[in-house]
Amino acid sequence: MIPYGEDAPLLRTRGLRYAWRDSENALAFDDLVLGRGERLFLCGPSGSGKSTLLGLLAGVLSPTDGDVSVLGTSFAAATPAARDGFRANHLGYVFQQFNLLPFLDPMQNVLLGCAWSRERAARAGSSRASVRGEARRLLLALGLDARTTFHARTGELSVGQQQRVAAARALIGGPALLLADEPTSALDMTSRNAFLRLLLEECRRHGTGVVFVSHDLSLARHFDRSVSLWQGAAS
Amino acid sequence: MSLLYLTLRSLGQRKVGVALSLLTIALSVFLLLGVERVRADARQGFAGSVSGVDLLVGARTGPVSLLLYAVFHVGEATNNITWKSYQDIAAMPEVAWTVPLSLGDSHRGFRVTGTTADFFRYYRYGRANRLSFAAGKPFDDLYDAVIGSQVARRLHYEVGDTIVLSHGLGGALLAQHADKPFRIGGVLAPTGTPVDASILVSLPAIEAIHLDWRSGVPLPGAATTSEQARHADLAPKAITAALVGLRSRLSAFAVQRAIDDYPEEPLLAVLPGVALGELWHLVGTAENALRVVSAMVLLAGMSGMLGTLVGMLNERRREMAVLRAVGASARVIFALLVIESTLLTLAGMIAGWLLLALVTAVTRDYLLVNAGLVIDQTPAPGEWPLLGAVFAVGVLAGCVPGWMAYRRSLADGLQVRL
Repeated sequence: MIPYGEDAPLLRTRGLRYAWRDSENALAFDDLVLGRGERLFLCGPSGSGKSTLLGLLAGVLSPTDGDVSVLGTSFAAATPAARDGFRANHLGYVFQQFNLLPFLDPMQNVLLGCAWSRERAARAGSSRASVRGEARRLLLALGLDARTTFHARTGELSVGQQQRVAAARALIGGPALLLADEPTSALDMTSRNAFLRLLLEECRRHGTGVVFVSHDLSLARHFDRSVSLWQGAAS
Repeated sequence: MSLLYLTLRSLGQRKVGVALSLLTIALSVFLLLGVERVRADARQGFAGSVSGVDLLVGARTGPVSLLLYAVFHVGEATNNITWKSYQDIAAMPEVAWTVPLSLGDSHRGFRVTGTTADFFRYYRYGRANRLSFAAGKPFDDLYDAVIGSQVARRLHYEVGDTIVLSHGLGGALLAQHADKPFRIGGVLAPTGTPVDASILVSLPAIEAIHLDWRSGVPLPGAATTSEQARHADLAPKAITAALVGLRSRLSAFAVQRAIDDYPEEPLLAVLPGVALGELWHLVGTAENALRVVSAMVLLAGMSGMLGTLVGMLNERRREMAVLRAVGASARVIFALLVIESTLLTLAGMIAGWLLLALVTAVTRDYLLVNAGLVIDQTPAPGEWPLLGAVFAVGVLAGCVPGWMAYRRSLADGLQVRL
């Protein structure tokens, strides 16, 4: 489904270390390898560098040492602009909360996922109308009702609804890899499981691999594999 | 979804802050352009006090001094020119027209100018505007006077009122020409020139009121009535100055030299533009002060906008992180903020410009009548560079929050530290 670096794994990290500019302590991360469509649960307590790791995997932060490669593309070898382009084309990202731009309506927030990538928009649909159709399908598939999808203003959405819109934005155009930073932590247990089930179902449909970060170990059962960040966090 | 669209929607989200920022810019642009407009128009009005006059002729003195007493009614002439000299000048082949000016009398603080009906034909002000009458017409009787708009307004005179002229220019106990009262025959429309503060009478009238006077005092015993004066010899013997129009401007220097070298009497001819330039030079300091104030106003306005933009930056960190996550580069973040400040500056400039147009349209008549200032509706040429400077400063100011957001979005990654 993703004709890109056929033989390479989806994600590979080597000797990642990251030091904040004003800090002497560097965070060191164990090497990770993720196959195409594989779903990984990353657990670790607060302060273990989960968000930093996701920033590195998204190519937004540059590691102090080591390298990330996605679909065989090495981030260390790429320019920042090339990494931004790669992220737009192949990655989806869901924040813990406040995922949406309040001045755009829910549909526009989803379409923002294709705004910086022609390739991504082309994968979502051949025309403007079909891209919108795909956005609509995703929103409904992720459990939003039609009224909310088409008529609600972004500011009126509940946290659960916002996270569904954010997931739709991350998944539109079928990215190869979805990075999720505790997206369910603000949801109650029932909607948490429902949301996760729908999210993973959509990922399966697109063949999208997942790196899902959470401190809630009860969610690990939804994933192919779990890795703890705990031992790698200190150094 | 273009950056422009995102910026507009984002601005729409922050209406209050944006409105305040716009107001700051609009007001500073309004003040900046307003000061420039008033400055240019004051200068224009000054330079236009004697437009259309090629030479100003008087007794020999300094050029600025001649301009001051003959045109601006400041100070007094030390000498007159004889009627014969005036006629010789009028007879020169290069001369198209001449208008005599006879000064020295006043009425309640306003100066009286003795002249001919040609004054209304040839006098021009501003960009070649002719004098027009708000009421009445030029003098046709010996004892007719035409008054400027300011005289009419201050002294509440209208056509048909009777006035008495005073001998001399100042002081409370002036000798009055009470035996020969004048009737107001016309009121001029406002011009923004010294004419507004003038009382114009005919040259024979000046002769008539001085029939029994020698060396500034009335002769004892001799009392010619105003009716008897109509039959006396009222041919003028001397005038104070003359406005000269030439057939061709090219001959201005030749005629000027001929008048300066006039053998029978020491005369001076000046090109009004040159003398006005010298005079403006004297008041140029005030002009520079106005410019400095304008620059300060702009600086204050731009600091205001900068403050608002930087202030908004913090609440927008989440917006920046989301855009970064969907693939926007740090450069896009920079561009968003520069686009935003550019839009704000542009909108503020347009708003300030419209405000100025509105205010000048509304206050135009008031300023002309009360301040003698002719405010032009069309922008002064100096306004375009100013607008350009405002725009450049606005875009540059936008680079500051742009750069801050750029640095921050690189350092923060996708985390938002609130």
